[in-house]
Amino acid sequence: MSEPTITLNVTRYRPGQDLAPRSQPYSIPYKQDWVVLDALNYIKDHLDGTLTYRWSCRMGVCGSCGMMVNGEPKLTCAAFLRDYYPQEIRVEPLAHFPVIRDLVIDMSDFLDKLKSVKPWIIRKTEKPISQGEYLQTPAELEAYKQFTQCINCMLCYAACPVYGLEPEFLGPAAIALGYRYNMDSRDQGKDERQRVLGSHDGVWQCTFVGECTEVCPKHVDPAAAIQRSKVDTAQNWFKSVLLPWGER
Amino acid sequence: MSAVRPDKSKLYYPKMPATWWLRKPSYFLFMLRELSSVFIAIFLIVFLIQIYQLTRGPEAYVAFAQGLSSSGWVIFHLVALAFAIYHSITWFQSTAVVLPLRLGERAIPPGVVTALHIGAWIAISLAILILFLALRG
Repeated sequence: MSEPTITLNVTRYRPGQDLAPRSQPYSIPYKQDWVVLDALNYIKDHLDGTLTYRWSCRMGVCGSCGMMVNGEPKLTCAAFLRDYYPQEIRVEPLAHFPVIRDLVIDMSDFLDKLKSVKPWIIRKTEKPISQGEYLQTPAELEAYKQFTQCINCMLCYAACPVYGLEPEFLGPAAIALGYRYNMDSRDQGKDERQRVLGSHDGVWQCTFVGECTEVCPKHVDPAAAIQRSKVDTAQNWFKSVLLPWGER
Repeated sequence: MSAVRPDKSKLYYPKMPATWWLRKPSYFLFMLRELSSVFIAIFLIVFLIQIYQLTRGPEAYVAFAQGLSSSGWVIFHLVALAFAIYHSITWFQSTAVVLPLRLGERAIPPGVVTALHIGAWIAISLAILILFLALRG
């Protein structure tokens, strides 16, 4: 009996040669325990060595292998062929990002935005090392822990129609990580981040479609971080207007 | 260290089709939620005009109210009511996300927060309806 096969329609784009991406079908052996990333590796190893895509850990930790699988943003290391078989699978680069080549997108925009929210602990004054570490209660840890799970895979950006329509939007992951540090009891940089989060292209661009949370492979819930940041930003604005000592 | 940037002239910039919101049920429901605001806004404008007619005297008010009883306006109000209910439900679902509640050490599940809001909403609506019927005599 011949081995079962499955067809992957993979987007190809050669910079400087192609005007627009095109879809190329590849027929590969179907194995029940294979994920889409295994299929792409098979194509690269056996059928077409020019196919270009990003991947690294193969275990949903590095966030490199995000692509559109049948129009849905997925980590290809977690998208099993058996969930699609015997139908054909469409593999495309992450939506809303410029394409460098084949399935590789340009992530510079995301990295710039991530940097702009200063996703690190900011201290106004550092205490000496001799005084020991900054301690947290379990409740203080719980306030931000969920948002530390982000692996920067950018699936949330590919799912967000606001980012697709308004590329200036800061976007779900960057806001979620800004919020993560704002909620950290050791941090004192909230005012610096609020200037970015509360700006025109910050949290107020979000219309709460909620798809960022739906597609997040690590259950970060960026939509919640954005909506809660809106509350913070609004409170800050009222304080600055109503209180005489408020910062303008 | 300066970051290496790809040559922008060689990138392919995808465009979102105007029909993007038809691609997924969740996008479609989102657009319905946005559209509901239009119907609620029209309803509120009509309602404000109705209140204004009250200030002009009973004849003006009755004439306006009779105009609203036409089948076209009745259909509009039914559609606006359906949108208002849908919008309210999505609002209470959002509230549970925006305002996480805790009971001591334990987080209250978002579904419970939404259900409590919707329960209060139904109770207040019924109270207003009973008051309205009682005052009408």
